[in-house]
Amino acid sequence: MSGSEPPSTGRYGRGVAPPPTRRQIHAKAVSIAVASGAYAISYGAIAVATGLDVWQTQTLSLLMFTGASQFAFVGILGAGGGMVAAVLTALLLGARNGIYSMSLWPRLQLRGGRRLIGAQLAIDETTAMSIAHAEPVEDSRYAFWVTGLWLFALWNLGTLVGALGATVIGDPGTFGLDAATAAALLALLWPRLVDRQMWAITLAAAGVAIVLTPVLQPGVPVLAAAVVALVAGLLPTRMWVR
Amino acid sequence: MWIGILVASLGCYAEKFLGTVLPASVLENERIRRTLGLMPVALLAALVAVQTFGSGMSLALDARAAGLAAAIIALILRAPFLVVVIVAAVTAGGLRALGWAT
Repeated sequence: MSGSEPPSTGRYGRGVAPPPTRRQIHAKAVSIAVASGAYAISYGAIAVATGLDVWQTQTLSLLMFTGASQFAFVGILGAGGGMVAAVLTALLLGARNGIYSMSLWPRLQLRGGRRLIGAQLAIDETTAMSIAHAEPVEDSRYAFWVTGLWLFALWNLGTLVGALGATVIGDPGTFGLDAATAAALLALLWPRLVDRQMWAITLAAAGVAIVLTPVLQPGVPVLAAAVVALVAGLLPTRMWVR
Repeated sequence: MWIGILVASLGCYAEKFLGTVLPASVLENERIRRTLGLMPVALLAALVAVQTFGSGMSLALDARAAGLAAAIIALILRAPFLVVVIVAAVTAGGLRALGWAT
């Protein structure tokens, strides 16, 4: 991306790939939304297996609409954790969406109703797409909206399919759905493990949660592990560099 | 249950909306940004650990650990999300059906 480069007729000349068309952006958005829809199927199934009814499962997808928080919420309730711990963990996981909307907003510049809807769509995938197509700004906005709307539709459709499917299956324990919850959370964590610092935080947080499990109410050890992120984030940067 | 669902949902929406109201200068505080960015890593790691080895207020090594190991292999092989989840569920469910693990 060379935003400072002055526009000239030769900008997209020989050897330089033309910018992606709207059609290409749209195709990418749909493929991301389809992948998320598949993920939502497992969320819907796990949520119902945990003891939520179909309406509650669907309400979380419509209103919360942020996968990691939704999985954490039903996971903690399923593990016998208290409602307060489940709510707090969901909120801590959702805090990053605030950073997303903060960094997206100068570009989106939305007002009124669009602002209310746009805020709900500020999640990992829409942020990534909007940044990937940062220029021109119209493409960035298009990427945000097309990804967000497709994702919202398929996320909720997938949730419904998974939730209804799980009510048909019956007893979920025999199908290993408890192991599926851990695997789903791990699959969310996996792409973030890009360097040694992330691995260190992962192992430390997992260790804290394991050690505290026998002494604290279910759900609280997970919250306690947030301290690992606090300590790592507040340490001087130079400790991590090199 | 409904109260918790609505509080958590509206809270998560409020976090997103807050980002549209706060000035972008808040992000210039490197430590705040870094800490919020690291939060999902720590929480997800803790959740994976507890979901795999926790059983109420005690620890257990059972079929879920085998399921997680299978999921890790699937992730290393770059399997798509749904495959990772199904592989873990089938591994754990299969071991239980065979009576090899609880």
